[in-house]
Amino acid sequence: MYESLVEAVRDAEEQQLSLGELALRTESAEGLRSRDEIESGLRRALDVMRGAVDRGLVGDLYSVSGLVGGDAYKMTQSRGPLAGTVFTDALAAALAVQEVNAAMGVIVAAPTAGGAGVLPGVLLGLAKHHKSSDAEMIRALATAGLIGAVVAVRASLSGAEGGCQAETGAAAGMAAGAGVELLGGTPRQAMHAVAVTMQGTLGLVCDPLGGLVEVPCVYRNATGAAMALAGIEMALAGVEFPIPSDEVIDT
Amino acid sequence: MVSLLDIIGPVMVGPSSSHTAGACRIGLIARALIGGSPDTARVELHGSFARTGTGHGTDRAIAGGLLGYQPDDVRLRESLEAAEQSGMKITFENTKLRGDHHPNTTRITLTRERRSVVLVGSSIGAGRIIITAIDGFPVDVTGSYTTLVVVAHDEPGIVARLATALAEESVNLATMRVSRRQKGGDAIHIYELDSPPGPAAIDRIRALSAVKTLRVIDRVA
Repeated sequence: MYESLVEAVRDAEEQQLSLGELALRTESAEGLRSRDEIESGLRRALDVMRGAVDRGLVGDLYSVSGLVGGDAYKMTQSRGPLAGTVFTDALAAALAVQEVNAAMGVIVAAPTAGGAGVLPGVLLGLAKHHKSSDAEMIRALATAGLIGAVVAVRASLSGAEGGCQAETGAAAGMAAGAGVELLGGTPRQAMHAVAVTMQGTLGLVCDPLGGLVEVPCVYRNATGAAMALAGIEMALAGVEFPIPSDEVIDT
Repeated sequence: MVSLLDIIGPVMVGPSSSHTAGACRIGLIARALIGGSPDTARVELHGSFARTGTGHGTDRAIAGGLLGYQPDDVRLRESLEAAEQSGMKITFENTKLRGDHHPNTTRITLTRERRSVVLVGSSIGAGRIIITAIDGFPVDVTGSYTTLVVVAHDEPGIVARLATALAEESVNLATMRVSRRQKGGDAIHIYELDSPPGPAAIDRIRALSAVKTLRVIDRVA
């Protein structure tokens, strides 16, 4: 898989592919798994993400410590100015996955369990309003995987090692790039969405209450989803972040 | 090599990919090395595993791996009870391992029948793991491939004989590493394979006079 987003975007442009399609082709060419195996793995991830969101939105789950639970449901009842939009749907879904996770339910680490709410929050929130097909969702997940792989190689995906920017920060960057792909943006726009989103997450300490992946992690997934949506909006509006995404990751 | 399914995955029981899913995978590899459910397990937790492991189910995840549960198996929640019922004696203690280790590291000592094995494994983020030592030999096993672990007497030609046995049974090597503690003693051979070795390949390797033990670790990631 790629170790540089800049290189990936260059190859995608040269071959006139989306980043997700490039990621699927690159990984199947590496030979460890066939394209069918990769796509069915991503399809299963999508199913588990949907299941976790549905489960978490019911609102009856609490973590063993009792620190978190019930907030995803509250978000669905919001009467704020953005209620019923992609924005609050993404926040609710991000919280829902994290509440399932904290209660030892089944989720997809994306890239980690502590940051597992951001990507399904954003993608399922967008898909609900844009009627995306499963095939489009799978390519978006592949885009997210490519971005996460670059972060894993260039920086870290371990909260114990890199702080929360390695978990919800990486997840927000992945969600931003994947969201641009889902909405039909270009690879270059996806790259800028990653950069602008991740620069907003740099320097997050990992100092959770009681040492548990609960507070502030659960809530940071919702703010991570919000940052990803901001990144998507800016990138699709043509905003280009002045520092290359690889350098943002390296920081 | 980082795969898309390492990043978008694993599908797992929460709450922590490092402390739960990664810990479970280390348990699964330990189980494969001892050849089944251990009779006794001493689990030493280092760094962040020691500090925040219990709240994240690290104990349950490692016990579940030792029982053969995968990271997405909801039985992980009750694995300590299941281990007790099965007669597995498992103890946990906090430790500070000497040398340079990732913050999420465990040393696991297992016995089964009359064999024992000691391994050191780290959970390096997003559920990915690395085994850094087996019985004192330095290794780097990631579980991304089917992995063959062979301990053999350190003598000329042993690598060629092992590789030939695999080649003639059409098993392709992805990576290999041989390390030893001293010249002329035992060496550990770690072969990462593109496909699981069949019984014929296993029998051919077991038949080599220099080979002392052979274990196959299924792909865990």
